[in-house]
Amino acid sequence: MTRSMTVMMGLAAGMFAVAPFMIDAAPYEATMGLVYKIYFFHMPSAWMFLTAAVTAGVASFRLLFLKRPRADHWVIAAAELAVLFGAFTLVTGPLWARKAWGVWWVWDARLTSSLMLFLIFVAYSLLRKYGGPGSDKLGAGLALFGMANVPFIYVSVNYWRTFHPPTSVVPTLPVEMGIPLWFCVVAFTLLFVILLRLRARLEHQRERLEALYLAEDDI
Amino acid sequence: MRMRLAVLLVVLLIAPIALPSVALAKEGQSQPPPDFVPVENAPAGEQIPAMPLLGLAYGFIWVGMFGYVWSIARRLQKVEAELTELESRKS
Repeated sequence: MTRSMTVMMGLAAGMFAVAPFMIDAAPYEATMGLVYKIYFFHMPSAWMFLTAAVTAGVASFRLLFLKRPRADHWVIAAAELAVLFGAFTLVTGPLWARKAWGVWWVWDARLTSSLMLFLIFVAYSLLRKYGGPGSDKLGAGLALFGMANVPFIYVSVNYWRTFHPPTSVVPTLPVEMGIPLWFCVVAFTLLFVILLRLRARLEHQRERLEALYLAEDDI
Repeated sequence: MRMRLAVLLVVLLIAPIALPSVALAKEGQSQPPPDFVPVENAPAGEQIPAMPLLGLAYGFIWVGMFGYVWSIARRLQKVEAELTELESRKS
């Protein structure tokens, strides 16, 4: 493990240990009360979900059009993280909505397109697991399609009618709510980078192992 | 005969609706409100509690996060052990 990874892991662990205290100290929101505090983990999870989708899309572009076969490892890693952070977003959102909106789910543009993105990366993972030879290129096409969905998800709350808060909420947050939020965003970003590197490393090592087995068979 | 049967049927259909209101009117009780009545504040027992939802949301993320870190560490450990064994066998 590199020195930078050790430092990042220590920093992320420290930040995640402090985060609950900062969230607890944040004030209640006037109309939603206590339940709005789900936001401090929901929003960073959603951002990492979209970041993972973009990472998978960029790596897919490198694999398909620039012919970099090792980019496939990054697509696999980012797609798995899109499923993980997508699950965090799609589970915590309805728990918040149940109290704030009175319903678990509404089929508006933001929620529906987020569910679609999540399903695209679940489909990618299944394709890579059971698709056999050639599934890397098919999967890369799917991941590119997933990335194209990201800008639509981001702006959807500003163009279509929805209960979901618009994107203007984040820059206009009061300081006492903004500090814990940005602290959590940094912690989640660190976690995302660590997990992405570890997952990609797993794929690099698997490739090395496969090459060694093939070389052994040739002897 | 047919006429009597028809009258009996109508009486049987109307009785369950008419009798309670007649009884209420006799006792001098007020009628139930005709429509839904709004209230300013919902009773405490009717409100959705925030704490279990908050606990579930944070619990799900913590469990998912630790579970995934553990899963990556285990898979990486397994592959690297196999790699070391294979390399030592070759050398």
